[in-house]
Amino acid sequence: MELEPGDERILAGESGETRRQMMELLVALGKVFGAERLVRIKSAQVSGASYKTIGKYGLEWLNQLDAKAVVPAVLNPIGMPRGRWEEMGIDRDFAEKQQAVIAAYGRLGIRLECTCTPYYLNSPAFGDHLAWSESSAVSYANSVIGARTNREGGPGALAAALIGKTPCYGLHLTENRKPKVLVQVEARGTDLSIAHYGALGYHAGKLVGNRIPYFTGIRPDPDGLKALGAAMAATGAVALYHVEGVTLEAVKTGFDTNRLEKITVTKEEIRRLFTDIPVDAIAVGCPHCSANELARIAALLEGKRVTLPFYIFVAQGVIDANRATVASIEKSGAKVYADTCMVVSPVMERYKAIMVNSGKALAYVPDMCGAVSRIGTIEDCVRVGTA
Amino acid sequence: MLHFAGRGIARGTGSGELLVSPAPISFLSGVDPDTGMVVETGHPLQGQKIAGKVLAFPYGKGSTVGSYVLYAMSRNGNAPVAIINDEAEPIIATGAIIAKIPMVDRIGISVSRLRSGARVMVDGVTGSVVYDGEILPA
Repeated sequence: MELEPGDERILAGESGETRRQMMELLVALGKVFGAERLVRIKSAQVSGASYKTIGKYGLEWLNQLDAKAVVPAVLNPIGMPRGRWEEMGIDRDFAEKQQAVIAAYGRLGIRLECTCTPYYLNSPAFGDHLAWSESSAVSYANSVIGARTNREGGPGALAAALIGKTPCYGLHLTENRKPKVLVQVEARGTDLSIAHYGALGYHAGKLVGNRIPYFTGIRPDPDGLKALGAAMAATGAVALYHVEGVTLEAVKTGFDTNRLEKITVTKEEIRRLFTDIPVDAIAVGCPHCSANELARIAALLEGKRVTLPFYIFVAQGVIDANRATVASIEKSGAKVYADTCMVVSPVMERYKAIMVNSGKALAYVPDMCGAVSRIGTIEDCVRVGTA
Repeated sequence: MLHFAGRGIARGTGSGELLVSPAPISFLSGVDPDTGMVVETGHPLQGQKIAGKVLAFPYGKGSTVGSYVLYAMSRNGNAPVAIINDEAEPIIATGAIIAKIPMVDRIGISVSRLRSGARVMVDGVTGSVVYDGEILPA
């Protein structure tokens, strides 16, 4: 791998042991993935924020590092809201260990936002290189924004945050961003909701696996795109997709899709995923809600009281920017929590069946919470949750 | 003495007795960091201690949390003194670097053709491996 002189000096230890180790890690990952060089990044999103994942040894490792992030960096969601963990019913021992992990990242100059939607806080630009970790955020950055990131592991993303570079391979390179399979959605004349895009992604992800799909026949808005990409990253390994006439690279670059394998998805295949099984909790915000989604939920809950536990998951920064909307939602008894979600919080394990409006949550709730999952539109979620 | 020219992945040098696993290794749940033993049921190295050995295996498998297990083994004094892989992947490469275990890959011959018990010297900077043993038939 070719390194700039400054990087060679870091590797020789001139900027301290932590940066030396982080550079060694970036170079090793570059070798593993066949990168020829490092590329400068605009931001990082670091996974390995959950104590449940990294354990006491991961925490020990973090605690002996000594450097500060040189690009804006945030964390993946964790198992609890930092400020309201007691209220959510989190055990004190778990909370204290989790706080220790967060504090360790804070010391390293990582912004203490634990979210799968960092693009709502500090949006990258088209063509920016990033080192992000969470699968739906990676998909959104690549597909909707047209930025470039691989799906980074925890230490690799942390190294990128502390050095400001990442190995240049995979989705950082133009030639690796072309579509590999055509997905024709036959749903003309149907108004597809965010939940329908999540269901489409749930279904399509299983069909396309790790290939880059090119969709035709749909016109999702950014929230629909977010739901589609998140679900495909859960049931498949899709880190980039294109939508004809919608996503930026499809519009700006244009792709020849003539020779691609074609897959057709019908309205019926999407609709089939919607059931009416009884549930004992509602959870929305997978990925974390946008300001638009919050406003919609507030309008639907206006003047109503929830009759089932009703969770809404959002980035802290989005809560801070939408205080009045959040207050209006919580008047109904629904809870708006930051930093966590139904997939990673141990609290969700107490329910038997959870209703969601997300294809990603539909896929993960059974394994992660041990509960049955049901997908419905946000209107259906509110109807069931206030019945 | 045989010399193999591999690729340096994690810096440092280490030498000792070679322990070869013909199968990939998952460090999360497959290895006990408190004893340095392989505990995966049915693994060819099950019950063997990898602490203090030069550990050769084709590649890592399993959870990415395996990287932190290598760090834990090193903290507990149970780490291998060096690692040789056929092909490095992120879990083992990351673990070796954060645990400061010298590591090389792509030595030009499958590690399954090296004999456990032979003396071996690994240089994680140059990628070179010096092996005092015979080559087993493929």
